[in-house]
Amino acid sequence: MAPAAATASEARAGVRHWAAHPRSGGTLVLAAVIALAPLVLANNYSYEVAIQVALNAIVCVGLNLLIGYAGQISLGHAGFFALGGYGSAILASRYGVPVWLSIPLACAAVALLALVIGRPTLRLKGHTLAMATLGLGIIVSIVLTTEDKITGGPDGMAVPPLALFGWIVQGERVWYWLAGGMLLLAVWLALNLIESPSGRALRALHGSEVAAETLGIPSARYKLQVFVLSAVFTAVAGALTAHYAGFITPAKSSFMHSVELVIMVVFGGMASVFGAVVGAAVLTILPQFLTVLKDYEMMVFGAVLVGTMSFFPQGIVPSVGRWWARRQP
Amino acid sequence: MSSAWLQFVASGLTAGAIYALVALGFSIIYNASGAINFAQGEFVMIGGMSAATMWAAGLPLSFALPLAVGAAVLVALVVEKLAIEPARHAGTVTLIIITIGVSLFLRGLAQLVWGKGVHRLPAFSSEQPIEFMGATLLPQSLWVLAGAGVAVAALSAFYGRTLMGKAMLATSYNRLAAQLAGINTRGVLFASFGLAAALGALAGVLIAPIAFTSYDTGIMLGLKGFAAAMLGGLGSFGGAVLGGLVLGLLEGLGAGFVSSAYKDAIAFVVILAVLFLMPGGLLGARSSDRV
Repeated sequence: MAPAAATASEARAGVRHWAAHPRSGGTLVLAAVIALAPLVLANNYSYEVAIQVALNAIVCVGLNLLIGYAGQISLGHAGFFALGGYGSAILASRYGVPVWLSIPLACAAVALLALVIGRPTLRLKGHTLAMATLGLGIIVSIVLTTEDKITGGPDGMAVPPLALFGWIVQGERVWYWLAGGMLLLAVWLALNLIESPSGRALRALHGSEVAAETLGIPSARYKLQVFVLSAVFTAVAGALTAHYAGFITPAKSSFMHSVELVIMVVFGGMASVFGAVVGAAVLTILPQFLTVLKDYEMMVFGAVLVGTMSFFPQGIVPSVGRWWARRQP
Repeated sequence: MSSAWLQFVASGLTAGAIYALVALGFSIIYNASGAINFAQGEFVMIGGMSAATMWAAGLPLSFALPLAVGAAVLVALVVEKLAIEPARHAGTVTLIIITIGVSLFLRGLAQLVWGKGVHRLPAFSSEQPIEFMGATLLPQSLWVLAGAGVAVAALSAFYGRTLMGKAMLATSYNRLAAQLAGINTRGVLFASFGLAAALGALAGVLIAPIAFTSYDTGIMLGLKGFAAAMLGGLGSFGGAVLGGLVLGLLEGLGAGFVSSAYKDAIAFVVILAVLFLMPGGLLGARSSDRV
């Protein structure tokens, strides 16, 4: 039924409501940031950093669905990241699969793996879950390092460039738009999921799994779905990172990389999609500045981490958001 | 038992004793705070590195070893006061990230003070291997086993017989009830960090003559200690010792009979299998959630 009586003011209110909604408004802000960022990106190096930010942010948006919304920790997501990259690289360079097909194939394989290992793993809780995911990540890392005939061993392997129907994606600017577009898609998907009944179910089981179960929420199935989804987000970013960089090493699957990804999510703010993006941006850009400190780099990074988490235990974006809300009359 | 078996069991138990000491540190801090201290491995590194430095500066081992343990305890107490205590009301995940920040800070500091090279500590007694039923044992392995055994005995006497130990045990059972009984639970957390660091640093000085020590040795030893604590049952002291020894044996036998490249993977596969079947670990409490 067409709202024939809709006046201009009602339409304006509708637009305001639409823009104030995080799903649409926040996505618009992010799109604007991505579109306007090239104005301040001066050279290829700053584009490189921006691409890294976008790709890391894709991982964090996915991981945040698992950690922040469903309340399940993972210390092994670097394994999925590396498997996405290695999977696509091996399919493309050893089996001649075109890259536009090898990326989705690798991600589908990671999804299948996450489905199989997620079933027993997600029955575990808290520190036991942390241990199990950590162990899975380390096993992936050892296999990638040891099977040198396929993976190139500790030195890693070259990765063919991304080609779409004969057009080779290369150059920092093209990659920037590709990575930015993928990030926007990831954020939009995550926001839609969170506001769907599944998203509410995830938050319910974060609050109390037993209470959620008594309300008829099949918590095991939801946890498994979000685990697989976060693994796929991570694998997509891993595959894109590998094709962008042109090489991949087992360091991408290391425990420290898993920890870095979790730090980004917690630093930005758990249960906040934009917190994950901010966390990825800050913690990708910060080390670039810290390199001037040379030998002091690791110390200062550690101190910043301790200080921030002590003052903002909820992460940056939720803490700032709460401060902003208090200031409003 | 053939000599090959004996050889792998001996090397496995040596590594296992070290893992057990690190795992005890994880359980002690978990009992006091409910958090995993990912800086535990750095205390091991600090122990080994400061002992090596003091020995290189001309101090006899009998002075260097206790001083190195003392140095690690001091660092741990400062860390607890400055980084952990201000955040003790934060959630578990936040606390974990803070301890990771602490471990990065300490590793960066170690890299600054000691450089990136490897440091060496001489064996406590002879370096001459002992022939035993066809297997060769390093005398330092015996030091490791004896040192770990004495530490475990001292720890159980501390928990069983001293007021402080009983207060720490009470806190691990129920923090609120311990507080109501007049126990200073903040003091317990402080003491737990010191105790965990002492055990870690002891592991560090015992293993330094066998495996060289460098600024980043704490990462892998910390992970193994965490895995051992989980395998045995987080928070259980017997579990930490059992978990450490089982993990060491799995690695020793896995490296000897299957593949040395895959020894860590074998150990983790077994740990995962155990955790899937017994989520509380081998000796962990069969806990049930309160809703």
